[in-house]
Amino acid sequence: MSQHDVEVPGNADDTSPAPQVRAEALDSAGVHDQHAAAPGRTPLDAAVVAAPEVVSNSFGEYVRAWAKRVRSGESGVLPVLGGLVAIIVIFQVQEPVFLSAGNLINLLVQGAVFMLLGMGEVFALLLGEIDLSIGYVAGVGAVIVAAVVAYPHSWPWWAGIAAGLAATTAIGALQGALITRLHLPSFVVTLAGLLGWEGVMIFIVDSSGSGSGGTIRISNNILNDVVNGNMSPIAGWILMALVVGLFASFTVFRDSRRRAGGLVTPPVGAMLLKIIIVAAAGIVLVVLANTNRGVLVPLRGVPWVVPLLLGVLGLWSFLLGRTRYGRYVYAIGGNPEAARRAGVNLTRIRTVAFALSGLTAGLAGIVYESRLGSISINIDGGTLVLYAVAAAVIGGTSLFGGRGKPLHAVLGGLVIAVIYNGLGLLGVGAATEYIATALVLLAAVTVDAVARRGRTLGTS
Amino acid sequence: MSSGQPLSETVVLAEGNVEPLLRLRGVGKSFGPVQALTDVDLTVPLGQVTALAGDNGAGKSVLIKTVAGIHPPDAGQIYWQGNPVHIRSPRDAAALGIETVYQDLALCDNLDIVQNMFLGRERLRRGLLDEDSMEKAAKDTLLSLSVTTVRSIRQPVASLSGGQRQAVAVAKAALWTSKLVIMDEPTAALGVAATGMVLDLVRHLAAQGVAVLVISHNLNDVFAVADRLAILHLGHMVAEGPASDFDRQIVVDFMTTGRSSRRSGDGLVDGVGRSGG
Repeated sequence: MSQHDVEVPGNADDTSPAPQVRAEALDSAGVHDQHAAAPGRTPLDAAVVAAPEVVSNSFGEYVRAWAKRVRSGESGVLPVLGGLVAIIVIFQVQEPVFLSAGNLINLLVQGAVFMLLGMGEVFALLLGEIDLSIGYVAGVGAVIVAAVVAYPHSWPWWAGIAAGLAATTAIGALQGALITRLHLPSFVVTLAGLLGWEGVMIFIVDSSGSGSGGTIRISNNILNDVVNGNMSPIAGWILMALVVGLFASFTVFRDSRRRAGGLVTPPVGAMLLKIIIVAAAGIVLVVLANTNRGVLVPLRGVPWVVPLLLGVLGLWSFLLGRTRYGRYVYAIGGNPEAARRAGVNLTRIRTVAFALSGLTAGLAGIVYESRLGSISINIDGGTLVLYAVAAAVIGGTSLFGGRGKPLHAVLGGLVIAVIYNGLGLLGVGAATEYIATALVLLAAVTVDAVARRGRTLGTS
Repeated sequence: MSSGQPLSETVVLAEGNVEPLLRLRGVGKSFGPVQALTDVDLTVPLGQVTALAGDNGAGKSVLIKTVAGIHPPDAGQIYWQGNPVHIRSPRDAAALGIETVYQDLALCDNLDIVQNMFLGRERLRRGLLDEDSMEKAAKDTLLSLSVTTVRSIRQPVASLSGGQRQAVAVAKAALWTSKLVIMDEPTAALGVAATGMVLDLVRHLAAQGVAVLVISHNLNDVFAVADRLAILHLGHMVAEGPASDFDRQIVVDFMTTGRSSRRSGDGLVDGVGRSGG
């Protein structure tokens, strides 16, 4: 992978090797200390990019530190939230149906596939790699589930799901093994996957005997209900209360414990604000979902795909944020050589990341076929994977590794779903839709690149 | 901080009867056709600072990487407290009590100070990262080294200055109870004040009974901190002995030509051949 260490003393890119026997201290003061010479690198400015909670004690300071950080390019989820609001306003002005309960829930369901695929992609992006195959890996997973559950195989739904997810996880692990053990570029391996798994998908549909005309219908109720079924209104409220309550009590418990221990903690105001935002989002979602959005028959309740999304989001956030495995994923994305020297098993961590990417893609495939009620070999895995990368990057995950969260993919997926849905409502056609998505993606990558340039100006 | 326990019983090694902490015998390493190290002997005693000097390309970094488990040697034997050992990975080295501060510092810019200091050895509680205890330990270590210039130990390393980064890297090594701390050009990118701070820290570690192996080709630094000197020339160990046996000119001769006609004192291994390069 990165360095084939035929060691040349002083090959470090971070520190300038002093030439020969160094000419005494004088020039080491200014000239050799490049960090002092680099712009934006003085200790005063150093605090600017630090997270707000580390440089502030009061709420006002917190907000100021946060604003500084946004200006310096470390913007987090702010651009995506701002962009989301702007796009929503535009669509609402153009088409008043846009903000109706029915359309918003529809939009959420449409976006679920992008969000799940995006969360899979985050694993690859965090490592500084890319996974171009997950669109068709999702397709393979979907056709396996559909084929084994349909007549004549007629497996129970859970066995079908297990088989599908096992297959996509194995595919991810296989690609990961090729990338890490043979040191092949992930771009090429997964590009081969993009072509190859489409072929495998078609082969499975043709040879399973479950489909006709390249399409397998989903007749199992549970599989259909993943997206099309709704929780009862009361269950929606209970779920919301549970999620918000868990989040709030966990946050309060952790912050107060850390504050008591004299550790770095965000101010109470910021903590409360965070909890209020999450609670408000939850309430709005459940109110919308519990509004009758049926046309002929009443249709209300939170779609089952929402708890699925929340579960995946929570699980992956937990894995990446709270476990040793997650820490190593970030470390490899930040500096693989440092991780290797720290004794991190790069091969294993990377391979597992690709396997998790495949697993998440499998879930996306199930959601995809559940929404359509069938799975066809015409599924466009190429476009799906581009939307997945776009979702992650629009949400704030860096293409260059080490920075990003599963939440970013969810927010980015939401942006794509809004564009997709809004332009669909306006009836502008595919041409405008593609162009608009492309422009949003470009804007997001630009934000990432500019932020990165701001960082590296100071770093190297 | 590393064990505050004085390891006084081993200090008698001045008499030469006690096995040194680390001893290399006939160590060789090649990368394809490039012979980076040839038949290298080296002795690193506890409680002393051993400086490893040599010109660019002499093999200093390769030598410490053989000890640190990054590049296991092709030939020769490493003895740890008199016992032959095979150091095949950084984990093996860490298990023996060897900590390395690399020239490029090996820090992850996207991680914060605490995360970097514990990278590879995170503390767990019920299977999860124990951030609180790691943060406390990191804070204590930084304070004990008088590293007070960072605003918060939860800021990403990307936001630190060069001297602060070096301090974090040194604190990372000091955090672990180690017997041997290896430092690769610790002062190369530092200003005057930060250099003084790092050299003080080196002496401080040795005074606590830790063996310190410092790579440097800054002779000021070498003579300021070293108890012992070892000089590499084109992959060969051309001189090794107490720092008092050398003066600046002799060291320069050895570093540049592999031999010195001016050498005084005994115990110096005279230089031979110049293969590879």
